[in-house]
Amino acid sequence: MRYTPHTADDKRRMLREIGLDSVEELFEQVPRSLRERARIRLPDGLSEPAVLRRLASLAARNGAASGWSFFLGGGSYHHAIPGAVDAIVSRSEFATSYTPYQPEVSQGTLQALFEFQTLVCQLTGMEAANAGVYDGASAAAEAVLMSRRVQPAGRRRVLVSRALHPQYRQVIATYLANLEGLRLEEVGYDASGVTDVAQLADRLGDDALCAVVGYPNFFGAVENLEPLRAACERAGAQLISVTTEPLALGLLKPPGEFGVPIAVGEGQSLGVPMAFGGPGFGFFATQKKFIRSLPGRLVGETVDVEGRRGFVLTLATREQHIRREKATSNICTSQTLCALAATVYLSLLGRSGLRRLAEINLSRAHRAEALLAARAGLRRRFSAPFFNEFVVQSRDPEALMRRCAEHKIVPGIPLGRWYPELADAVLVCVTEMNEGEEIEKLATIAAA
Amino acid sequence: MPPSPPPEAPGRDRQPLIFETGSPGRSAFSWPEEPSLAAEVLPAGLVRADIPGFPEMGELEVLRHFTRLSQRNFGIETNFYPLGSCTMKYNPKVNEAAARLPGFALAHPLAPAALVQGAMELLYELERALAEIGGMDAVSLQPSAGAQGELTGLMVIRAYLKERGDPRRKVIVPDTAHGTNPASSTLCGYEVVQIPSNEEGVIDAPAVEKAMSEDVAALMVTNPNTLGLFEKHIEAAAAAVHARGGLVYLDGANLNALMGIAKPGDMGVDVLHMNLHKTFATPHGGGGPGAGPVAVKRFLADYLPVPRVEKQDGMFRWVEDCPKSIGRVRSFFGNFGVLVRAYAYILALGADGLEEASRMALLNANYVRKKLEGHYSLAYEQPCMHECVFTDRLQHRHGVTTLDIAKRLLDYGFHPPTIYFPLVVSGALMIEPTETETPETLDAFVAAMIAIAEEAKNTPEVVKNAPHTTPVRRLDEARAARRPILRWEPPRQGGGENAG
Repeated sequence: MRYTPHTADDKRRMLREIGLDSVEELFEQVPRSLRERARIRLPDGLSEPAVLRRLASLAARNGAASGWSFFLGGGSYHHAIPGAVDAIVSRSEFATSYTPYQPEVSQGTLQALFEFQTLVCQLTGMEAANAGVYDGASAAAEAVLMSRRVQPAGRRRVLVSRALHPQYRQVIATYLANLEGLRLEEVGYDASGVTDVAQLADRLGDDALCAVVGYPNFFGAVENLEPLRAACERAGAQLISVTTEPLALGLLKPPGEFGVPIAVGEGQSLGVPMAFGGPGFGFFATQKKFIRSLPGRLVGETVDVEGRRGFVLTLATREQHIRREKATSNICTSQTLCALAATVYLSLLGRSGLRRLAEINLSRAHRAEALLAARAGLRRRFSAPFFNEFVVQSRDPEALMRRCAEHKIVPGIPLGRWYPELADAVLVCVTEMNEGEEIEKLATIAAA
Repeated sequence: MPPSPPPEAPGRDRQPLIFETGSPGRSAFSWPEEPSLAAEVLPAGLVRADIPGFPEMGELEVLRHFTRLSQRNFGIETNFYPLGSCTMKYNPKVNEAAARLPGFALAHPLAPAALVQGAMELLYELERALAEIGGMDAVSLQPSAGAQGELTGLMVIRAYLKERGDPRRKVIVPDTAHGTNPASSTLCGYEVVQIPSNEEGVIDAPAVEKAMSEDVAALMVTNPNTLGLFEKHIEAAAAAVHARGGLVYLDGANLNALMGIAKPGDMGVDVLHMNLHKTFATPHGGGGPGAGPVAVKRFLADYLPVPRVEKQDGMFRWVEDCPKSIGRVRSFFGNFGVLVRAYAYILALGADGLEEASRMALLNANYVRKKLEGHYSLAYEQPCMHECVFTDRLQHRHGVTTLDIAKRLLDYGFHPPTIYFPLVVSGALMIEPTETETPETLDAFVAAMIAIAEEAKNTPEVVKNAPHTTPVRRLDEARAARRPILRWEPPRQGGGENAG
């Protein structure tokens, strides 16, 4: 099928206007040697029902579609998404618009992003936020780059907690590998499952740039940011908090209240489907004094010639548009539609709903943890407080995975692939989507 | 005639912020009560007191708020949107239905591979289709956007040269490049060397040869370039780069002009990124999400980001152990939901449809170019590819600028073209109609442009003060940058709204 509307008559008339006989004459500037080899070797196009059939058959081969129970988190979370969210993000005025370069006809996107920036500030307890970046992992890498822009030049060591999401650590490493002089070092976690404060304090020094920790961290454990921030501050380094499960901030003390200078994370939990890991969006918040060093897109309030309030993209001079080789980042997208989904989602939950949902997640996860320990002997590996994810010990995680799979259950994520010392550990996640019966069944089968 | 609404009524001219509406205690969240364990399991010092200022609204209230906001937006389903270099084509609805299939939308990225074979097959097939369209050998779908694709592609080049023991420090970027090109080069640790295009608006091999040295890692070129012109000397330019050990990077943002007409892989290109939200018809979403896959020639395949998807005995599996890889550039596998849409688009069109798309993109652009010739000054005389660039030279003599023309187009119901870009053209108006528009739409747009050219002569004030009919009129961008207000804050006691 085709999405081009041109009839044979249309083509003839248009070519006549241009003064040509064939469409081929339009690309005569392309060397013949290239044109001769340009034929695309792909099958013919399909009808719309055939396209859907093909995609539906691929989709059907994914376990999610066929009655499986998942206890998977690790940076991507299954939460209920109110129908109102998709109704709004499906509106073509939002979905099919471009970056709001013409503010007079983009107030919808711009105001929504201004509201989004405000919600991120409220959620994180920070003073300023951008309009979103690609994902949580690249947000973490951009946070390190921003730290480099605002910190004195001599600081070259970037300390990363081993309890930070392993993929986020990999992305930070990739970004830093190309920049001269920055060195990445890992800081271990303690027996309770949080970043080892004493080790961090030891490793900090007057050449440390920043320290990056998860909040909650990859093990689901809630770090106490207070001593971490204090240790960083004593050494003149910046603490960067990274949140992969922002729903936790409905209940936990926000990074801003700990005095954290840069708080970033992944926003998928807030009204965006998991979609096999993307798209979601990265959020990025900081203190007011750093707004000119923020990466990515920013929306600001202003007035029009008649004095009416309006919104525009602003402070773009930091960006790739002007002084291009001096740009603070090359980010050219803000995952706007996903940020819009989060704005609608958070507006629906509101002040009380967000907290209640966070409490439901925490409470179900804790009941599940108790049940797994009591009935299946799967004990917690760490003792730190947790939100909706926790690590359990299992003698043989692979066997546990296999046994559960027979009953269409995925009990969690075996951690051995990233943590050799945790080869006997599984990360279990419980959200409001995991019903009581499902949890009972998991405990029963895990016990078998 | 109905009475005019009071000036403060919400609606077309005014929509309060979500923080200024609602009422304490209101929420659209509904879930059965469950006893909370929070007080028992969390130390008090880790619990937040409240979220001051957070919205408190009912469901219909929220829907009305955002529906009204949507009505203050242009999308391509509401208005013609000929943004040059942005490729605003129709986004087929079947793609949306495909991306929302529960098997895709609810797939967890860390589920065991045996449970996500359908998603992995889609990624595998899409990689192969994109490689074929680009004339390249291997593809990574991981980058989240074109600019992240650029960064990834440059990192691949850097890793390859380093491995060869030949680290280099510079990247050559023509003055007609996309703005992200120099920014990506800098972020990858390279020094940018700019070269000029010639009087025809394209780069020639001698200019590249002159800038080329043993310290240049890559030539980063956009083809067709941002003037809408095919870089016809690209093969010679690539040869000049290769002769001195450099690589050729092609910014594929304009690939919509090339499908079935010329393959980057045949031009001597070593690395290419593609913007799926342009050429492959996924919605731009007001600025994302997009996807920026990177395609490379075989000798660079080992350097692509991990993980790679491989097929073995009919099963798809992830391969993480790639010692030469640059690593990972984002979490999981990329913007999968966008990739599903692009795959559906490629399936629907097939080879013939993709080729026809590019041909009609060229036809539409050249049609607009021909019809506006004489009314607006062309930046370059020769036929264009999928976009054409005019300037405001003819209107400037009446005091009317490109910005004024763009704003006046809004009154006529059209989204303006890209303006003041490329930077090498003074007062540029870069028009890209794309292939999904009918000639009638193009005629209406041309008529509006000609009417504005007339107004510029006869009633220039009307153009200079445009727009007149939009929900807000020209906005004070200088004020927004000088005194940044980036968030709402609760009104202070005793008045004074939203102090920044």
